[in-house]
Amino acid sequence: MPTGIGARVQRQEDRRLLNGQAIFVDDIKMPGLWEAAYVRSPIAHGIIKEIRKPAEFETRIFTAADMDDVLPIRAESSLPTYKASDFHSLATGKVRYVGECIAICIAPTRAEAEDIAELVELDLDPLPPLIDALVARTDHTNLVHEDWEDNLFLSTSFDGNIEEAKAKADVVIEREYHTARQCMMPMEGKGTLAYWDGKADQLVVYTSTQIPHLIRTGLSEFLQMDQGQVRVIAPDVGGGFGYKCILQPEEISVSWVARKTGRPIRWTEDRREHLVAGANTRQHHYKLIAYADKVGRILGIDAEITVDVGAYSVWPFTACLEASQAGGNLPGPYAFKNYRCKTYSVATNKPPFTPYRGVARPGVCFAMELTIDAIARAVGREPIDVRRENLVPAAAMPYTNVTGKFYDTGDYPDSVNQAAKMIEFDGFRAKQAKALRNGRYIGIGFSTFTEQSAHGTKVFGAWGLPLVPGYEQAMVKITPSGSIEVRSGNHSFGQGLETTLAQMASEWLGVDIANIRVTMGDTGTTPYSTGAYASRGMVMAGGAVSKASEVLAERVKIHAAHLLQCKPKDIELRDGEAFNKKTSVSLKDIAKAWYLRPDRLPDDVNTAGLEVTEGYKPSIDTGVFSYATHAATVEVDPATGITKIKDYVIFEDCGRRVNPLILEGQAYGGAAQGIGTALYEEVIYDAAGQPLTSTLADYIVPGPNELPDFKLGHSETLSPYTRHGIKGVGEGAAIAPSGAIVNAINDALRPLNIEIHQVPATPHRVLSKILSVQNEGVSSE
Amino acid sequence: MKPVSFEYNTPASLSLTTDLLVRTKKDAKLISGGQSLGPMLNLRLARPELLIDISKLSELKEIGEDKSKVIIGASITHSTIEDGGVVEPISGMLRYVASRIAYRAVRNKGTIGGSLAHADPAADWVTTMMALSAVIKTRTSDGIIRKIPMHDFMLGAYRTALKHDEIISSIEIPKYSKKACWGYHKICRKVGEFANAIGAIVVDPVQKYCIIACGAVGGAPLILQDLSESVARSAAVPDILEIVLALETSEQQFDAVKMQQLAVSVQRAIEKAVCK
Ligand SMILES: Cc1cc2nc3c(=O)[nH]c(=O)nc-3n(C[C@H](O)[C@H](O)[C@H](O)COP(=O)(O)OP(=O)(O)OC[C@H]3O[C@@H](n4cnc5c(N)ncnc54)[C@H](O)[C@@H]3O)c2cc1C
Repeated sequence: MPTGIGARVQRQEDRRLLNGQAIFVDDIKMPGLWEAAYVRSPIAHGIIKEIRKPAEFETRIFTAADMDDVLPIRAESSLPTYKASDFHSLATGKVRYVGECIAICIAPTRAEAEDIAELVELDLDPLPPLIDALVARTDHTNLVHEDWEDNLFLSTSFDGNIEEAKAKADVVIEREYHTARQCMMPMEGKGTLAYWDGKADQLVVYTSTQIPHLIRTGLSEFLQMDQGQVRVIAPDVGGGFGYKCILQPEEISVSWVARKTGRPIRWTEDRREHLVAGANTRQHHYKLIAYADKVGRILGIDAEITVDVGAYSVWPFTACLEASQAGGNLPGPYAFKNYRCKTYSVATNKPPFTPYRGVARPGVCFAMELTIDAIARAVGREPIDVRRENLVPAAAMPYTNVTGKFYDTGDYPDSVNQAAKMIEFDGFRAKQAKALRNGRYIGIGFSTFTEQSAHGTKVFGAWGLPLVPGYEQAMVKITPSGSIEVRSGNHSFGQGLETTLAQMASEWLGVDIANIRVTMGDTGTTPYSTGAYASRGMVMAGGAVSKASEVLAERVKIHAAHLLQCKPKDIELRDGEAFNKKTSVSLKDIAKAWYLRPDRLPDDVNTAGLEVTEGYKPSIDTGVFSYATHAATVEVDPATGITKIKDYVIFEDCGRRVNPLILEGQAYGGAAQGIGTALYEEVIYDAAGQPLTSTLADYIVPGPNELPDFKLGHSETLSPYTRHGIKGVGEGAAIAPSGAIVNAINDALRPLNIEIHQVPATPHRVLSKILSVQNEGVSSE
Repeated sequence: MKPVSFEYNTPASLSLTTDLLVRTKKDAKLISGGQSLGPMLNLRLARPELLIDISKLSELKEIGEDKSKVIIGASITHSTIEDGGVVEPISGMLRYVASRIAYRAVRNKGTIGGSLAHADPAADWVTTMMALSAVIKTRTSDGIIRKIPMHDFMLGAYRTALKHDEIISSIEIPKYSKKACWGYHKICRKVGEFANAIGAIVVDPVQKYCIIACGAVGGAPLILQDLSESVARSAAVPDILEIVLALETSEQQFDAVKMQQLAVSVQRAIEKAVCK
């Protein structure tokens, strides 16, 4: 059975992962290895007056004062007015969020390291904390960074003409939306183990990361070492989601201590550290005015987006990627022409914002999709009709939208139709009316989005980032026994790339993926890659493997043609052999001839050999756009505020499906996270900036019981700009659930005159709305 | 998140355990399933010098019954109860409640005695035992056996009538008649989470018994005496307002949302019982 593109083959990596044979950072055993624990800031904002080390542990504790040869992490950006921040890997001068690292303590075991950490005395002078981004935005006296004149990393504006829309509008919808701060919750938290390899004269850093090559670049920059002196290895990584696509302060301090002490040092993030110091994503606020005509066609959108980006700008994605993406992506799949948008990236006393699966789009999609439904209600039409009519029509493709996004291909309205069919929208209104007569509140909601994937140099350049991805490289070779080795500097932390990259090689070389070994994550053995983020793995690394495999296949055919005495163009590679009609020679024999019996090859043989490294990027840099419509039906219990998801369907198009099974897994996982955003997950701070959700008893993540039985549907609109027409899909499903579910809740609660504008739509939030409406007869929001 | 260093001891009998509790100069703590104490140790909120493991003591694993009551040893796990391993004092109630505590991995370790001793206001057994008028049987180092009625046992959040050398040995629950019914309703964020609100009712027309208990109220579960009597009389489901009034007579203050959740959990528990 062919195992190339399109094959529904099981994941190669799962045997190891499911049998407990994977090796994560915390599984590594090494002679002389010590563990690290951090002293972290107990307060949100304050001046460090003194850090006292107990005398008996003087040599086991390190503070910023010790690390005087290390530069602070500083992510520059070329965007005008952007302010960079100095993110010291151990706090210097001030602490700016609860959980910020202050000192690192080392001992033979973690428990002993924690014992030492408890003995470090901190003398901190508290400052008033900045916890609400809307307040911090206008505060000029209380500053997160005392040398700035305000708390803005960046503000941007997109100054489209809105006056015309305003003048023509029949309906005006004005809304405020909130999305909660979240943690990304990979199963494996962060983890780093560093040691000095005397023989290689290198610092070797095992770290749980999505971007091993960038971490090498970053570590050498801020530790002031040559890149040749640093080797970064990402072993098995238990989930990333963006949490591990930045340089972590702990990666720097662990590396520094290992180098300083000459001893292997490891730090493993625990769940409490994650829930406190890792509470770093998703928190947006929207003020949005939509202008529409009387049938609900959007004439213009006027928006103000505030992102609570926390205390520091992360490297390399900066504090501003989120707001830049939000401003650019708010119009989403819709075709309106007038758009004005201001964005604010506000510094607060919270952990530094890090892009999470879907980057900004779960927020903008939520805001936009709720607005579409609100417009529909205002003009008295079905949201699904208003949505469909506002989407970019298939006939307009390719389409450049109001913010200049180039939508390559697709039929967005059809995705709404398909989702409607799958969820049996026909007949739903009758069912709903009947339910209501029995006192039951059911509702239906839709949510449509585009997912910009594999965007390249120009797009990242426009976001002002210090590093931009270029050509993705991959190496493919045939071993002397005829099996295939693929090496990629990208990384797999659950997406199944070890399988899908093998499928790309299988496609060209006709070798079963069981005989293809994919190696990733080690900067010592793989070609440079900026790593796995932005739904780029399949398009970029897949494209590079495809290209290298194609070149390799041509070389194999030349050797095969000689051995079979025919022309290379007559050779077909399949089943591990090179065929000329009925005669064949195995790849094993071809490899053997090249490596071990060159006497079988002609004198003018191609000496480039059976090992190929190629670089690849799509023919456009602006990204290729996958898209989908999610639809949900819910029942809301008005007595408790509890929402039950009844049906959930996803109709998606991500171009060519390399492995349908893996694609479905990505959809389930992404949607599960999106449901967490919609109904459960929320980091709550008190007025002093203390996170109140520091254990899993308080930070609620959906489990299998909370997830519906997802139904999936697909179409395949190939992109003309990528190899094989592939588009990225890793992030997509996390984007839409808030929109679909809250639209469904609002649809269900319409008879009560209630609209929810905030996620998560917790029972508490929904119930307090219901109670306040019952008490006052009006909605308070 | 690693505990502070502690010693670990597994005495061979209940009397050796109580002896050790009195004798030791160390700050000692009993550990049974470790499903409440474990997290507290890891968070370093509990910092005992000595842990005394009682989970293997056969004396705490009694399962029995006589004419008027069932007996459940303190170290019987939630999953044993879920699987029907103990006699039901009223058909199916213990199984039902047990199966909704946490998830199976926790239930495999966690024990009924540990749960009652821990006295988390939001825990399931404290409210259930209140509605069933259970009796907590204990033993101290001098061999004294006490039988503490559940409503005298839990004094408040994480506070019980247990003395420092006193161990719960078993729980005794009165048997109810074949005509008796029960209702239990737990409102929580997700399957197996601790409750935001618990309503529990046990009614036995033969024994003229009716108790409605409301849990997750921040302290010991409330017994809604007047409401119990009126439900026993009318066998009708009270409306929310009536339940709210009953809850308002307690000393605790609840905000509007919490009050509504408590009242709904009580109402739904009663619905299940009277509709049977
Ligand atoms: C993820 C999770 C979810 C949970 N969800 C729920 C839930 O939904 N509902 C619920 O009710 N509970 C829940 N629990 C708590 C669980 O039921 C515990 O098992 C139970 O509360 C404690 O029992 P244990 O045997 O584990 O006690 P331990 O943790 O071993 O001990 C708890 C306390 O009781 C003392 N103790 C133990 N045995 C005795 C005894 N015989 N005599 C005197 N003192 C004793 C110990 O010294 C300690 O102070 C959850 C726990 C977890 C980890």
